[in-house]
Amino acid sequence: MNRPGVTVIDYGIGNLLSVRRAFEHCGAEVLLTTSPSDVDKADSLVLPGVGAFSNGMAGLSAGGFLEPIRKYSRTGRPFLGICLGMQMMLEASEEFGVHEGLGLIPGNVVSIPPAGADGKPHKIPYIGWNDLLPPTQETDWKGTILAGIPPGTAVYFVHSFAAAPSSPEHRLADCDYDGRVISAAVRRGNLYGCQFHPEKSGEAGLRIIKNFLAVL
Amino acid sequence: MGTLRLIARLDIKGPNLIKGIRLEGLRKLGDPNRFAKKYYEQGIDEIIYMDIVASLYERSNLVNIVRKTTQDVFIPITVGGGIRSVEDAKEILRAGADKLAVNTASIKRPELIREISEKFGSQCMVLSIEAKRTGERKWEAYCDNGREKTGIDAIEWAREGCRLGAGEILLTSVDREGTRKGFDCELVREVSTRVPIPVIASGGMGNYSDFAEVVASGHADAVAVASVFHYGEITVMDLRREAITRGIKVRNVEA
Repeated sequence: MNRPGVTVIDYGIGNLLSVRRAFEHCGAEVLLTTSPSDVDKADSLVLPGVGAFSNGMAGLSAGGFLEPIRKYSRTGRPFLGICLGMQMMLEASEEFGVHEGLGLIPGNVVSIPPAGADGKPHKIPYIGWNDLLPPTQETDWKGTILAGIPPGTAVYFVHSFAAAPSSPEHRLADCDYDGRVISAAVRRGNLYGCQFHPEKSGEAGLRIIKNFLAVL
Repeated sequence: MGTLRLIARLDIKGPNLIKGIRLEGLRKLGDPNRFAKKYYEQGIDEIIYMDIVASLYERSNLVNIVRKTTQDVFIPITVGGGIRSVEDAKEILRAGADKLAVNTASIKRPELIREISEKFGSQCMVLSIEAKRTGERKWEAYCDNGREKTGIDAIEWAREGCRLGAGEILLTSVDREGTRKGFDCELVREVSTRVPIPVIASGGMGNYSDFAEVVASGHADAVAVASVFHYGEITVMDLRREAITRGIKVRNVEA
Protein backbone atom coordinates (compact mmCIF):
# COMPACT_ATOMS: atom_id res chain seq x y z
CA MET A 1 0.00 0.00 0.00
CA ASN A 2 1.27 3.44 -0.88
CA ARG A 3 1.85 5.90 1.88
CA PRO A 4 -0.65 8.78 1.85
CA GLY A 5 0.83 11.79 0.08
CA VAL A 6 0.74 15.12 1.83
CA THR A 7 1.82 18.35 0.17
CA VAL A 8 2.89 21.03 2.64
CA ILE A 9 3.03 24.59 1.37
CA ASP A 10 6.34 26.29 2.12
CA TYR A 11 5.81 30.02 1.64
CA GLY A 12 8.65 31.24 3.81
CA ILE A 13 6.65 31.49 7.04
CA GLY A 14 7.45 29.53 10.15
CA ASN A 15 9.08 26.28 10.94
CA LEU A 16 7.83 23.45 8.76
CA LEU A 17 10.14 20.82 10.17
CA SER A 18 7.88 19.83 13.05
CA VAL A 19 4.91 19.56 10.71
CA ARG A 20 6.91 17.34 8.40
CA ARG A 21 8.24 15.18 11.25
CA ALA A 22 4.80 14.63 12.75
CA PHE A 23 3.16 13.72 9.43
CA GLU A 24 6.01 11.36 8.55
CA HIS A 25 5.75 9.80 11.99
CA CYS A 26 2.07 9.14 11.19
CA GLY A 27 3.02 7.35 7.98
CA ALA A 28 2.68 10.08 5.36
CA GLU A 29 4.88 10.78 2.38
CA VAL A 30 5.54 14.51 2.78
CA LEU A 31 6.38 16.95 0.01
CA LEU A 32 7.40 20.43 1.14
CA THR A 33 6.87 22.70 -1.80
CA THR A 34 7.54 26.26 -2.84
CA SER A 35 5.98 25.61 -6.23
CA PRO A 36 2.29 26.47 -6.82
CA SER A 37 2.07 23.88 -9.59
CA ASP A 38 2.39 21.12 -6.94
CA VAL A 39 -0.89 22.24 -5.34
CA ASP A 40 -3.02 21.02 -8.21
CA LYS A 41 -1.30 17.61 -8.12
CA ALA A 42 -1.62 17.16 -4.34
CA ASP A 43 -3.54 14.23 -2.84
CA SER A 44 -3.94 16.33 0.27
CA LEU A 45 -2.79 19.81 1.16
CA VAL A 46 -1.49 21.25 4.43
CA LEU A 47 -1.13 24.97 5.02
CA PRO A 48 0.90 25.62 8.18
CA GLY A 49 1.93 29.00 9.48
CA VAL A 50 2.72 31.19 12.43
CA GLY A 51 3.02 34.92 12.91
CA ALA A 52 1.06 37.82 11.48
CA PHE A 53 -1.89 37.35 9.11
CA SER A 54 -0.77 39.99 6.64
CA ASN A 55 2.72 38.46 6.40
CA GLY A 56 1.19 35.07 5.78
CA MET A 57 -1.11 36.29 3.02
CA ALA A 58 1.74 38.30 1.50
CA GLY A 59 3.88 35.14 1.52
CA LEU A 60 1.16 33.10 -0.19
CA SER A 61 0.62 35.83 -2.73
CA ALA A 62 4.33 36.29 -3.47
CA GLY A 63 4.68 32.52 -3.91
CA GLY A 64 1.79 32.49 -6.38
CA PHE A 65 -0.27 30.23 -4.09
CA LEU A 66 -3.53 32.16 -3.68
CA GLU A 67 -5.44 31.00 -6.75
CA PRO A 68 -4.03 27.44 -6.76
CA ILE A 69 -5.22 26.99 -3.13
CA ARG A 70 -8.67 28.42 -3.90
CA LYS A 71 -8.95 26.17 -6.91
CA TYR A 72 -7.78 23.15 -4.91
CA SER A 73 -10.38 23.86 -2.23
CA ARG A 74 -13.16 23.31 -4.78
CA THR A 75 -11.92 19.81 -5.71
CA GLY A 76 -13.14 18.18 -2.51
CA ARG A 77 -9.70 16.82 -1.74
CA PRO A 78 -8.56 17.10 1.91
CA PHE A 79 -7.11 20.37 3.14
CA LEU A 80 -5.75 21.22 6.58
CA GLY A 81 -4.85 24.72 7.75
CA ILE A 82 -2.83 24.88 10.96
CA CYS A 83 -2.77 27.94 13.28
CA LEU A 84 -2.24 30.93 10.96
CA GLY A 85 -3.01 28.50 8.14
CA MET A 86 -6.50 28.04 9.61
CA GLN A 87 -6.97 31.77 10.14
CA MET A 88 -6.11 32.47 6.51
CA MET A 89 -8.96 30.14 5.46
CA LEU A 90 -11.40 32.81 6.56
CA GLU A 91 -12.49 35.89 4.62
CA ALA A 92 -10.57 38.63 6.40
CA SER A 93 -8.55 39.53 9.49
CA GLU A 94 -8.51 42.62 11.65
CA GLU A 95 -4.89 42.01 12.75
CA PHE A 96 -3.03 45.34 12.27
CA GLY A 97 -5.60 46.68 9.78
CA VAL A 98 -8.07 44.73 7.66
CA HIS A 99 -6.56 42.08 5.39
CA GLU A 100 -8.25 39.79 2.94
CA GLY A 101 -7.96 36.03 3.53
CA LEU A 102 -8.41 32.97 1.29
CA GLY A 103 -12.17 33.06 1.86
CA LEU A 104 -12.64 29.29 2.09
CA ILE A 105 -14.80 29.62 5.19
CA PRO A 106 -17.18 32.53 5.86
CA GLY A 107 -16.19 34.68 8.80
CA ASN A 108 -13.34 36.82 10.07
CA VAL A 109 -10.28 36.65 12.29
CA VAL A 110 -10.52 38.75 15.43
CA SER A 111 -8.30 39.43 18.43
CA ILE A 112 -8.69 37.27 21.53
CA PRO A 113 -10.52 39.39 24.13
CA PRO A 114 -7.85 40.84 26.47
CA ALA A 115 -9.82 39.82 29.55
CA GLY A 116 -11.82 36.80 30.65
CA ALA A 117 -15.58 36.81 31.20
CA ASP A 118 -14.93 37.88 34.79
CA GLY A 119 -13.15 41.03 33.55
CA LYS A 120 -9.72 39.87 34.75
CA PRO A 121 -7.03 40.47 32.11
CA HIS A 122 -5.27 37.39 30.78
CA LYS A 123 -1.96 36.97 29.04
CA ILE A 124 -1.73 37.45 25.27
CA PRO A 125 -0.39 35.61 23.28
CA TYR A 126 -2.39 32.75 24.66
CA ILE A 127 0.16 29.97 25.07
CA GLY A 128 -0.72 26.58 26.43
CA TRP A 129 -2.90 23.51 26.43
CA ASN A 130 -6.64 23.74 26.33
CA ASP A 131 -9.54 21.31 26.05
CA LEU A 132 -11.33 20.63 22.77
CA LEU A 133 -15.06 20.96 23.26
CA PRO A 134 -17.97 20.26 20.90
CA PRO A 135 -19.57 23.64 20.04
CA THR A 136 -23.13 22.27 20.33
CA GLN A 137 -24.82 19.18 21.65
CA GLU A 138 -25.47 18.11 18.07
CA THR A 139 -21.79 18.25 17.11
CA ASP A 140 -20.56 14.83 16.11
CA TRP A 141 -16.85 14.31 15.51
CA LYS A 142 -17.42 10.93 13.88
CA GLY A 143 -16.01 10.87 10.36
CA THR A 144 -13.99 14.07 10.97
CA ILE A 145 -10.35 14.63 11.92
CA LEU A 146 -11.49 14.59 15.56
CA ALA A 147 -12.94 11.08 15.32
CA GLY A 148 -12.22 9.11 18.47
CA ILE A 149 -10.94 12.16 20.35
CA PRO A 150 -12.83 12.36 23.65
CA PRO A 151 -14.31 15.82 24.30
CA GLY A 152 -12.08 17.55 26.84
CA THR A 153 -8.84 16.34 25.26
CA ALA A 154 -6.15 19.02 25.61
CA VAL A 155 -4.09 20.28 22.68
CA TYR A 156 -1.45 22.99 22.35
CA PHE A 157 -2.27 26.54 21.29
CA VAL A 158 -0.23 29.66 20.73
CA HIS A 159 -1.99 32.68 19.25
CA SER A 160 -3.19 36.25 19.77
CA PHE A 161 -5.96 36.21 17.17
CA ALA A 162 -8.70 33.69 16.54
CA ALA A 163 -11.07 32.70 13.76
CA ALA A 164 -14.73 33.63 14.16
CA PRO A 165 -16.65 31.58 11.56
CA SER A 166 -19.95 33.30 10.82
CA SER A 167 -21.84 30.08 10.30
CA PRO A 168 -22.19 27.72 13.31
CA GLU A 169 -22.14 24.68 11.02
CA HIS A 170 -18.45 25.32 10.26
CA ARG A 171 -17.40 25.19 13.91
CA LEU A 172 -15.96 21.76 14.62
CA ALA A 173 -14.48 22.41 18.08
CA ASP A 174 -14.29 25.27 20.54
CA CYS A 175 -12.19 26.16 23.55
CA ASP A 176 -12.95 28.07 26.69
CA TYR A 177 -10.47 30.87 27.49
CA ASP A 178 -11.54 32.12 30.90
CA GLY A 179 -15.18 32.09 29.90
CA ARG A 180 -14.59 33.29 26.33
CA VAL A 181 -15.46 30.89 23.53
CA ILE A 182 -12.64 30.55 21.00
CA SER A 183 -12.88 28.56 17.78
CA ALA A 184 -10.38 25.69 18.00
CA ALA A 185 -11.19 23.82 14.79
CA VAL A 186 -13.29 24.47 11.71
CA ARG A 187 -14.65 22.24 8.99
CA ARG A 188 -16.38 22.72 5.68
CA GLY A 189 -16.62 19.42 3.83
CA ASN A 190 -13.06 18.18 3.44
CA LEU A 191 -11.58 21.56 4.36
CA TYR A 192 -10.28 21.53 7.92
CA GLY A 193 -8.59 24.10 10.09
CA CYS A 194 -6.95 23.71 13.51
CA GLN A 195 -6.09 26.74 15.60
CA PHE A 196 -3.98 24.43 17.77
CA HIS A 197 -0.81 22.67 16.64
CA PRO A 198 -1.54 18.96 16.12
CA GLU A 199 2.17 18.42 15.46
CA LYS A 200 2.94 19.73 18.97
CA SER A 201 0.03 18.25 20.89
CA GLY A 202 1.53 14.95 21.91
CA GLU A 203 -0.35 11.70 21.28
CA ALA A 204 -3.71 13.46 20.84
CA GLY A 205 -2.23 15.59 18.07
CA LEU A 206 -0.77 12.56 16.31
CA ARG A 207 -4.17 10.90 16.45
CA ILE A 208 -5.71 13.92 14.72
CA ILE A 209 -3.04 13.82 12.00
CA LYS A 210 -3.67 10.10 11.49
CA ASN A 211 -7.40 10.84 11.15
CA PHE A 212 -6.63 13.45 8.51
CA LEU A 213 -4.49 10.92 6.61
CA ALA A 214 -7.23 8.30 6.90
CA VAL A 215 -9.51 10.48 4.76
CA LEU A 216 -7.12 9.87 1.83
CA MET B 1 -5.79 32.67 34.00
CA GLY B 2 -5.53 29.74 31.60
CA THR B 3 -3.92 26.36 32.12
CA LEU B 4 -0.62 26.40 33.97
CA ARG B 5 2.16 24.84 31.90
CA LEU B 6 4.59 22.33 33.38
CA ILE B 7 7.98 22.54 31.70
CA ALA B 8 11.08 20.38 32.09
CA ARG B 9 14.25 22.42 31.84
CA LEU B 10 17.35 20.58 30.65
CA ASP B 11 20.66 22.39 30.91
CA ILE B 12 23.18 21.07 28.43
CA LYS B 13 26.95 21.09 28.34
CA GLY B 14 28.48 19.44 25.31
CA PRO B 15 26.59 16.18 24.79
CA ASN B 16 25.42 15.91 28.42
CA LEU B 17 22.52 16.90 30.59
CA ILE B 18 24.04 18.71 33.55
CA LYS B 19 22.80 20.32 36.74
CA GLY B 20 24.44 22.83 38.99
CA ILE B 21 23.64 24.97 41.96
CA ARG B 22 23.20 28.67 41.27
CA LEU B 23 24.33 27.80 37.74
CA GLU B 24 27.70 26.57 39.10
CA GLY B 25 29.28 23.31 40.29
CA LEU B 26 27.95 21.30 37.40
CA ARG B 27 27.24 17.56 37.56
CA LYS B 28 26.83 15.37 34.52
CA LEU B 29 23.55 13.45 34.52
CA GLY B 30 23.62 11.69 31.17
CA ASP B 31 22.02 11.69 27.75
CA PRO B 32 19.57 14.61 27.45
CA ASN B 33 17.49 12.84 24.79
CA ARG B 34 16.73 10.02 27.17
CA PHE B 35 15.47 12.48 29.80
CA ALA B 36 13.42 14.45 27.26
CA LYS B 37 11.75 11.31 25.95
CA LYS B 38 10.95 10.17 29.48
CA TYR B 39 9.34 13.51 30.37
CA TYR B 40 7.35 13.46 27.13
CA GLU B 41 6.02 10.01 27.92
CA GLN B 42 5.15 11.17 31.43
CA GLY B 43 3.07 14.00 29.95
CA ILE B 44 5.25 17.10 30.30
CA ASP B 45 3.76 20.13 28.49
CA GLU B 46 7.00 21.55 27.05
CA ILE B 47 10.76 21.12 27.12
CA ILE B 48 13.48 23.74 27.41
CA TYR B 49 17.04 23.00 26.35
CA MET B 50 19.57 25.51 27.58
CA ASP B 51 23.14 25.22 26.34
CA ILE B 52 25.04 26.68 29.24
CA VAL B 53 28.42 26.86 27.54
CA ALA B 54 27.16 27.78 24.13
CA SER B 55 30.45 28.34 22.43
CA LEU B 56 30.46 28.14 18.67
CA TYR B 57 32.70 25.10 19.00
CA GLU B 58 30.07 23.21 21.01
CA ARG B 59 27.12 24.25 18.85
CA SER B 60 26.97 21.04 16.83
CA ASN B 61 26.20 19.08 20.02
CA LEU B 62 23.16 21.20 20.75
CA VAL B 63 21.87 20.99 17.20
CA ASN B 64 22.26 17.21 17.24
CA ILE B 65 20.43 16.88 20.54
CA VAL B 66 17.51 19.00 19.30
CA ARG B 67 17.35 17.16 15.99
CA LYS B 68 17.23 13.80 17.72
CA THR B 69 14.61 14.87 20.27
CA THR B 70 12.20 16.26 17.72
CA GLN B 71 12.04 12.91 15.93
CA ASP B 72 9.90 11.38 18.61
CA VAL B 73 8.91 14.15 21.00
CA PHE B 74 5.83 16.01 19.72
CA ILE B 75 5.48 18.92 22.10
CA PRO B 76 6.91 22.46 22.00
CA ILE B 77 10.66 22.69 22.43
CA THR B 78 12.46 25.87 23.41
CA VAL B 79 16.20 26.13 22.84
CA GLY B 80 18.56 28.72 24.28
CA GLY B 81 22.25 29.39 24.63
CA GLY B 82 24.56 31.28 22.35
CA ILE B 83 21.98 32.62 19.90
CA ARG B 84 23.59 35.82 18.67
CA SER B 85 21.93 36.47 15.34
CA VAL B 86 18.99 35.67 13.10
CA GLU B 87 21.30 33.18 11.36
CA ASP B 88 21.97 31.33 14.64
CA ALA B 89 18.23 31.36 15.29
CA LYS B 90 17.54 29.87 11.90
CA GLU B 91 20.01 27.05 12.48
CA ILE B 92 18.33 26.10 15.76
CA LEU B 93 14.85 26.27 14.23
CA ARG B 94 16.00 24.09 11.35
CA ALA B 95 17.04 21.48 13.88
CA GLY B 96 13.41 21.37 15.02
CA ALA B 97 13.11 23.92 17.85
CA ASP B 98 9.80 25.78 18.15
CA LYS B 99 11.00 28.70 20.25
CA LEU B 100 14.30 30.43 20.89
CA ALA B 101 15.44 31.66 24.28
CA VAL B 102 17.79 34.63 24.07
CA ASN B 103 19.64 36.37 26.88
CA THR B 104 23.23 37.58 26.55
CA ALA B 105 23.15 38.65 22.92
CA SER B 106 19.95 40.65 23.42
CA ILE B 107 21.47 42.51 26.36
CA LYS B 108 24.41 43.48 24.18
CA ARG B 109 22.13 44.30 21.26
CA PRO B 110 18.41 44.61 22.18
CA GLU B 111 17.41 44.92 18.51
CA LEU B 112 18.02 41.18 18.20
CA ILE B 113 14.67 40.65 19.97
CA ARG B 114 12.89 42.68 17.31
CA GLU B 115 14.77 40.97 14.49
CA ILE B 116 13.89 37.47 15.69
CA SER B 117 10.26 38.28 16.41
CA GLU B 118 9.80 40.00 13.05
CA LYS B 119 11.48 37.19 11.18
CA PHE B 120 9.96 34.18 12.94
CA GLY B 121 7.02 35.61 14.91
CA SER B 122 6.91 36.74 18.54
CA GLN B 123 5.63 33.30 19.60
CA CYS B 124 9.13 32.11 18.74
CA MET B 125 11.02 34.74 20.76
CA VAL B 126 11.45 33.87 24.43
CA LEU B 127 13.39 36.46 26.40
CA SER B 128 15.53 34.65 28.96
CA ILE B 129 16.29 36.77 32.01
CA GLU B 130 18.70 35.65 34.71
CA ALA B 131 17.95 37.84 37.70
CA LYS B 132 19.97 38.27 40.87
CA ARG B 133 18.54 40.08 43.86
CA THR B 134 20.43 43.25 44.74
CA GLY B 135 18.15 44.78 47.34
CA GLU B 136 14.59 45.32 48.49
CA ARG B 137 12.47 44.44 45.45
CA LYS B 138 15.47 45.08 43.19
CA TRP B 139 17.03 42.61 40.80
CA GLU B 140 19.86 42.89 38.31
CA ALA B 141 19.87 41.06 34.98
CA TYR B 142 22.89 38.81 34.52
CA CYS B 143 24.25 37.30 31.36
CA ASP B 144 26.60 34.50 30.30
CA ASN B 145 24.63 31.97 32.32
CA GLY B 146 24.57 33.98 35.53
CA ARG B 147 28.26 34.82 35.45
CA GLU B 148 28.31 38.43 34.26
CA LYS B 149 26.68 41.50 35.76
CA THR B 150 25.03 43.86 33.32
CA GLY B 151 23.96 46.77 35.53
CA ILE B 152 20.48 46.47 33.98
CA ASP B 153 17.37 46.39 36.17
CA ALA B 154 15.69 43.03 35.53
CA ILE B 155 12.13 44.34 35.81
CA GLU B 156 12.77 47.21 33.42
CA TRP B 157 14.50 44.83 31.04
CA ALA B 158 11.45 42.54 31.03
CA ARG B 159 9.22 45.47 30.05
CA GLU B 160 11.65 46.62 27.39
CA GLY B 161 11.92 43.08 25.98
CA CYS B 162 8.15 43.03 25.68
CA ARG B 163 8.10 46.29 23.77
CA LEU B 164 10.74 44.90 21.42
CA GLY B 165 8.55 41.91 20.58
CA ALA B 166 9.28 39.07 22.99
CA GLY B 167 6.35 36.64 23.18
CA GLU B 168 7.26 35.07 26.49
CA ILE B 169 9.74 35.48 29.35
CA LEU B 170 11.81 32.73 30.91
CA LEU B 171 12.69 34.14 34.31
CA THR B 172 15.48 32.42 36.22
CA SER B 173 16.46 33.39 39.73
CA VAL B 174 20.25 33.11 39.90
CA ASP B 175 20.04 33.07 43.71
CA ARG B 176 17.64 30.13 43.87
CA GLU B 177 18.64 28.09 40.81
CA GLY B 178 19.50 24.52 41.82
CA THR B 179 19.11 25.25 45.56
CA ARG B 180 15.63 23.69 45.98
CA LYS B 181 14.87 26.49 48.45
CA GLY B 182 11.81 27.63 46.56
CA PHE B 183 11.26 30.13 43.77
CA ASP B 184 11.92 33.84 44.22
CA CYS B 185 8.17 34.48 44.20
CA GLU B 186 8.54 38.20 44.67
CA LEU B 187 10.67 38.40 41.52
CA VAL B 188 8.17 36.34 39.54
CA ARG B 189 5.26 38.49 40.74
CA GLU B 190 7.07 41.75 39.97
CA VAL B 191 7.66 40.64 36.38
CA SER B 192 4.45 38.72 35.76
CA THR B 193 2.17 41.51 36.88
CA ARG B 194 4.06 44.12 34.86
CA VAL B 195 4.16 42.46 31.46
CA PRO B 196 1.19 41.37 29.31
CA ILE B 197 2.99 38.24 28.04
CA PRO B 198 3.39 34.86 29.78
CA VAL B 199 6.16 34.37 32.34
CA ILE B 200 7.88 31.03 33.02
CA ALA B 201 9.23 30.81 36.58
CA SER B 202 12.55 28.97 36.80
CA GLY B 203 14.96 28.18 39.60
CA GLY B 204 14.43 26.83 43.08
CA MET B 205 11.69 24.22 42.97
CA GLY B 206 12.23 21.82 45.88
CA ASN B 207 8.76 20.62 46.82
CA TYR B 208 5.05 20.97 46.09
CA SER B 209 4.61 23.99 48.35
CA ASP B 210 7.23 25.90 46.34
CA PHE B 211 5.29 25.08 43.23
CA ALA B 212 1.93 26.12 44.64
CA GLU B 213 3.40 29.34 46.01
CA VAL B 214 4.94 30.52 42.75
CA VAL B 215 1.61 29.99 41.05
CA ALA B 216 -0.55 31.61 43.73
CA SER B 217 1.63 34.48 44.89
CA GLY B 218 4.06 34.72 41.97
CA HIS B 219 1.34 34.60 39.28
CA ALA B 220 3.58 32.38 37.13
CA ASP B 221 2.02 31.32 33.82
CA ALA B 222 4.34 28.33 33.55
CA VAL B 223 6.78 26.59 35.86
CA ALA B 224 10.15 25.20 34.78
CA VAL B 225 11.45 22.27 36.80
CA ALA B 226 14.94 20.77 36.66
CA SER B 227 16.66 19.11 39.66
CA VAL B 228 13.69 17.40 41.28
CA PHE B 229 12.72 15.87 37.93
CA HIS B 230 16.25 14.94 36.89
CA TYR B 231 17.06 13.25 40.21
CA GLY B 232 13.71 11.45 40.08
CA GLU B 233 12.36 12.90 43.32
CA ILE B 234 9.17 14.11 41.70
CA THR B 235 7.75 12.79 38.44
CA VAL B 236 5.70 14.75 35.96
CA MET B 237 2.66 12.66 36.93
CA ASP B 238 3.25 13.42 40.63
CA LEU B 239 3.40 17.14 39.94
CA ARG B 240 0.30 17.14 37.76
CA ARG B 241 -1.67 15.16 40.32
CA GLU B 242 -0.55 17.48 43.10
CA ALA B 243 -1.49 20.55 41.05
CA ILE B 244 -5.01 19.19 40.54
CA THR B 245 -5.30 18.39 44.26
CA ARG B 246 -4.36 21.97 45.05
CA GLY B 247 -6.90 23.37 42.61
CA ILE B 248 -4.32 24.55 40.05
CA LYS B 249 -5.64 24.18 36.51
CA VAL B 250 -3.25 22.09 34.40
CA ARG B 251 -3.48 20.29 31.08
CA ASN B 252 -6.01 17.51 31.10
CA VAL B 253 -4.13 14.37 30.06
CA GLU B 254 -6.76 11.88 31.20
CA ALA B 255 -9.54 12.70 28.72
